[in-house]
Amino acid sequence: MVELVPEHKHHALPLRVYLGVAGALMVLTVITVAVSYVDFGGWNVVVALLIAGFKASLVALYFMHLLYDNKLYMFIFLSAVAFLVILIVFTMFDTVQRGRLDEIKDKPIKQQAEIYEKLKTDSLDVEHEGDSGH
Amino acid sequence: MNHKEGHPEFLAHHFAEPEQQHESAKFGMWVFLLTEILLFGGLFLAYTVFRSWNPDMFYNAHLALDRTLGAVNTVVLITSSLTMALAIRSIQLNRKKHSMYFLIATLVFAAVFLVIKYFEYSHKIHLGQLPGKYYTYTGIEGNNPHIFFGIYFAMTGLHGVHVIAGMIIISWILIRASRNHFSHEYYTPMEMTGLYWHLVDLIWIFLFPLFYLIG
Repeated sequence: MVELVPEHKHHALPLRVYLGVAGALMVLTVITVAVSYVDFGGWNVVVALLIAGFKASLVALYFMHLLYDNKLYMFIFLSAVAFLVILIVFTMFDTVQRGRLDEIKDKPIKQQAEIYEKLKTDSLDVEHEGDSGH
Repeated sequence: MNHKEGHPEFLAHHFAEPEQQHESAKFGMWVFLLTEILLFGGLFLAYTVFRSWNPDMFYNAHLALDRTLGAVNTVVLITSSLTMALAIRSIQLNRKKHSMYFLIATLVFAAVFLVIKYFEYSHKIHLGQLPGKYYTYTGIEGNNPHIFFGIYFAMTGLHGVHVIAGMIIISWILIRASRNHFSHEYYTPMEMTGLYWHLVDLIWIFLFPLFYLIG
């Protein structure tokens, strides 16, 4: 019979691997909060996602043992990620192009919604009463 | 249902050997995690589409979230992931008591996460920062801010349900561990629970910057 499992891998990783990964995740959390205060324009979301992707890779590779396990599990995990990317990218091909033929006007879904009435009256109140509001 | 002579007690009779049983469980678990990624994937797609349509409203609305609480919860969840990984490492080394202590620590951190989330939610409910027609807050500029809170509650809510489910499963694993069901030779249920718990952490790693740290 063909051996499906190449070798028995139940050895515990050294403690410093887990502590090092957790430490790196903490540092990266601080970094992602810090860079969110810097204005990169449209690149802020890219930077945030790059850091999140790096953190997620650390969790998957070390905490979830993908780095040491049978590569079949890595394949399953990456195929989920790949199909998620296809789902989002192909949908965006459509949705971000809307408005090229017909201009999309940014307007309330429900014009008569209570909050817009309140907003109007609030701004009138502010005009009439100065800074007596909240 | 007698096991064959020489078979360990934990080995189900339809498996030839422990390694085959372990690898089968892990394969099934990873396929389940794949479906979990795609379940959250649909919501990540909704987030992407609505943010691309309403970039300014998303920026204005995200200011209503408390960055400090979000960052603290990120640290709490990462720490709980660490204690979960250490629980499994302990059982691999056959340190059963240590393993149980780490499971208890994981439960405590999960509870802290939910308590912080509860305070965030009740604050928003109080202000009327809610999805759809329940949105009554007037302090956010831009049209349709209820969309932001619809996605916020859907994604963090589904994630919160996963945290609660994780706590129930970890409690069950803790009870089994206290009954001496696990050893360095057999700890598959604990390892599968760990994989699930790390995925819950992994999803929060994306939710945190996408909701709390826009621009």
